[in-house]
Amino acid sequence: MLDAVGVESEDHLFDIPEEIEFDGTFDIEPRAERAIREEIAAMLDRNHDLVEFLGRGHYDHYVPSAVDHLADRSEFLTSYTQYQPEVAQGFLQALFEYQSMLVELTGLEVANCSMYDAATALGEAATLAVRVRATSGDRVLVPEHLHDGRRAVLDSYLAGTDAGVESYPMDDGIVDRDALANAIDEGCVMVYAENPTVRGTIEESLGEIGDLADDHDALFCLGSDPVALSLLEEPASVGADVVVGDAALGLGAADGMGLGLFATREAFLRQVPGRLVGTGEDSEGRRAYTLTLQTREQHIRRERATSNICTNQAWVALRAAMHVAWLGPDGLVDLAKESVTRASEIADQFDAIDGVTAPVHDRHHFREVVARTDREASAMKDDLEAEGYAIHAIDDHLVQVCVTETNADRVDDLVAAVEAVA
Amino acid sequence: MKFDQARWTRETPEEGGEVYEPLLVEKSSRAVETDDAPLPDDLTRDGVELPDPAEPELARHYTRLSQMNYGVENGPFPLGSCTMKYNPSFTEDVAALPEAATHPDRSTDSVQGNLELRHRLADSLARIGGMDAVTLQPPAGAAGEFTGILIAKAYHEQNGNDRSEIIIPESAHGTNFASAALAGYEVVSLPSADDGRVDVDALRAAVSDDTAALMLTNPNTLGLFEHDIEEIADVVHDAGGLLYYDGANLNALLGRARPGDMGFDVMHYNVHKTFATPHGGGGPGAGPVGVVEELAPYLPTPQVREAVSDEADDGEAASDDGEVSYERFAPEHSIGKVHGFAGNWLVLVKTYAYIARLGDPGLRDTSAKAVLNANYLASQIDYDIPFEPFHHEFVASAGRDAADVAKRMLDYGVHPPTTKWPEIVDEALMTEPTEAESRAALDHLARAFDRAAADSDEALETAPERTAARRIDQADAARNPRLSWHALDDE
Repeated sequence: MLDAVGVESEDHLFDIPEEIEFDGTFDIEPRAERAIREEIAAMLDRNHDLVEFLGRGHYDHYVPSAVDHLADRSEFLTSYTQYQPEVAQGFLQALFEYQSMLVELTGLEVANCSMYDAATALGEAATLAVRVRATSGDRVLVPEHLHDGRRAVLDSYLAGTDAGVESYPMDDGIVDRDALANAIDEGCVMVYAENPTVRGTIEESLGEIGDLADDHDALFCLGSDPVALSLLEEPASVGADVVVGDAALGLGAADGMGLGLFATREAFLRQVPGRLVGTGEDSEGRRAYTLTLQTREQHIRRERATSNICTNQAWVALRAAMHVAWLGPDGLVDLAKESVTRASEIADQFDAIDGVTAPVHDRHHFREVVARTDREASAMKDDLEAEGYAIHAIDDHLVQVCVTETNADRVDDLVAAVEAVA
Repeated sequence: MKFDQARWTRETPEEGGEVYEPLLVEKSSRAVETDDAPLPDDLTRDGVELPDPAEPELARHYTRLSQMNYGVENGPFPLGSCTMKYNPSFTEDVAALPEAATHPDRSTDSVQGNLELRHRLADSLARIGGMDAVTLQPPAGAAGEFTGILIAKAYHEQNGNDRSEIIIPESAHGTNFASAALAGYEVVSLPSADDGRVDVDALRAAVSDDTAALMLTNPNTLGLFEHDIEEIADVVHDAGGLLYYDGANLNALLGRARPGDMGFDVMHYNVHKTFATPHGGGGPGAGPVGVVEELAPYLPTPQVREAVSDEADDGEAASDDGEVSYERFAPEHSIGKVHGFAGNWLVLVKTYAYIARLGDPGLRDTSAKAVLNANYLASQIDYDIPFEPFHHEFVASAGRDAADVAKRMLDYGVHPPTTKWPEIVDEALMTEPTEAESRAALDHLARAFDRAAADSDEALETAPERTAARRIDQADAARNPRLSWHALDDE
């Protein structure tokens, strides 16, 4: 090969000035595959083996084996963005099906085929709102109870605009409608609410929030996830203009790695961030799939693009779609119903413990509940961790626990441990 | 070699036509009502309708779809600037270790293993890039760009310098422009010189007190090394701006030169390109960002560092059992966050494993083979390549419609190069074979190039014919967007 190119060694092919050539070492020893497996396993062994009752925006739902095996097929895993649709029909169709499932679950007409996570999807929703309501104002309203990470990412996404984020109060775990009515004005470009909220409560006034936003010409952005969407009020029916969230399906616990959902009304189609798959016809007249409306995207529109996103979470979207299909509508709705029942059951069990009151919010809950503790919450959390259980301490005397099918069989053990340390 | 991609077709009597693999919903669909929910009616929806396949049907559906999809394990994938290389499969297994699957809100004490891996990976990346500190939080390359630009912005603001412009060569990746705009900057586009590189005089004219940064990839998208890089760095630094390195082409420089040594202040790494973590049909990736010491206080939160134990007299960070312990911290002037939690963790595990497998000699060999393979492939094809000497990628001119040539190449069992970009080359075929391809694979690629060049206009215009679908009318798809199976019902 060197002869064909006409050089004596590969080194002669580098056109790098001598002054900046690197002649040092990175001090990285190459290791054999087997040694690396052992090394990483040994490192990860330092993680404590805890039963997690953690949620707050990141949920561990059981991922069926079929999802792992099918998604790991190399034709999916080792492919790139589908710039040549004729040879990428499989992934394009899978993404089209993913989009379709989100359309069904949200009732909105358009869903993209992924953002990085719920936080970045929220950031993109806000920049969309700033663009489409540019003349009316620069205020984005978010609930007082909002995940820190979502709030911080939203601030980052708005750093390049004139818009600012303000929070509105909540009343016993759900939106304080009167306070929101006072806070909203014609200068608001977007109102954000979540269902369920970060504390696991089910929002009870979505329709009114939608009306308030609409009356003031602000976009109504709703945060949720596919499991909750299968049972709780349909976003379109409460006036949502945008739905964002994290998939909560297909991935399991992955240290915060997620799949950002993004769906919106057809009116904002040309303002949608990210990739869209649509159908077309091939020259044989058959239905085929292709990336479409790419003129919104960064590789064509450059600084006038609707977003900078290029690489997204396509493979995770594929996994989420497989997971939904594996569950089927009955399985998905059952999972949602169980999320309500389990939250209510763990609240009852906690409430029966001396020194613990649960739930703190007199509301319906989904997957998780907040409890008040007589003891300092962080001390209780530490004591529980020593016993092998991880829960959230979210305030001086507030803890939060989340139950899904992956830890439901350990709830009694947790309750016993809480009794011992309460 | 003969190529025929699997094609699954089925008659749809109700429509009187034929489709490729039907949608899941067309095979089995079921509506369920939600009226028996443990909630008041006004808090629930009426019902939902979704596909309801049995597991064997699900398995067959996705297996067929996979067969109608082309990945690196099907054949060469020389998409320029995308760096689609073979991904060793063992990295999948280490990322799937159950111990890696933790919740992001776990206490620092309880995830020392994760934090150690993060710390070691950040440290390796810093040394590979010649940077002083690295964040692993950005979940993709463009997110890394955005992070880097926010860091530059915070740095200037902290120093009382409100700057409004980012300079970007016109041949740069589109994400550069979009990321700069997202961060609120005006983009100043810099034309290329006749040799395809940065025109240093034009750069001198473009910089000013408003210059926040210059974003540059080196080698650039034509595969050309910017050999005036030290002068470029001086021009930008003298104007008070920062130099941003787009790591999309780092593959060409591994172990040969480091952005930090060239004067770059901030950079992102595309670990899904440079370090062979599977690209998953469009992600997840990860876009760690490296910075020089001066910018480290602006990195996103949390960062991970070695913890200094109170008990240790010697200041060494060691826990009771003699192992170093790690802690999370918020840098002093942190820009905040660019991901809800701490980034695409499983991708980072794969990256760690890949870098460990290669080590110093492998990383250096990567650039050697990537550059040799690009040059060898270029020497074997009968196309005009206007700009050289190139490194890991080159841009050939198709001499006819590059998109048609690309479609025809599909019929020869390879994925075609990136087409019609960068625009500086007429009918561009931007080609990056990567170090992973054998000579036999490169010869096969070369034949695909040359056979497509020799084919008639008619053969090109009607290509491809051996793929799952025939030529798709993308203009019609954009004119009449049908973006879900619900939209198909409406027809």
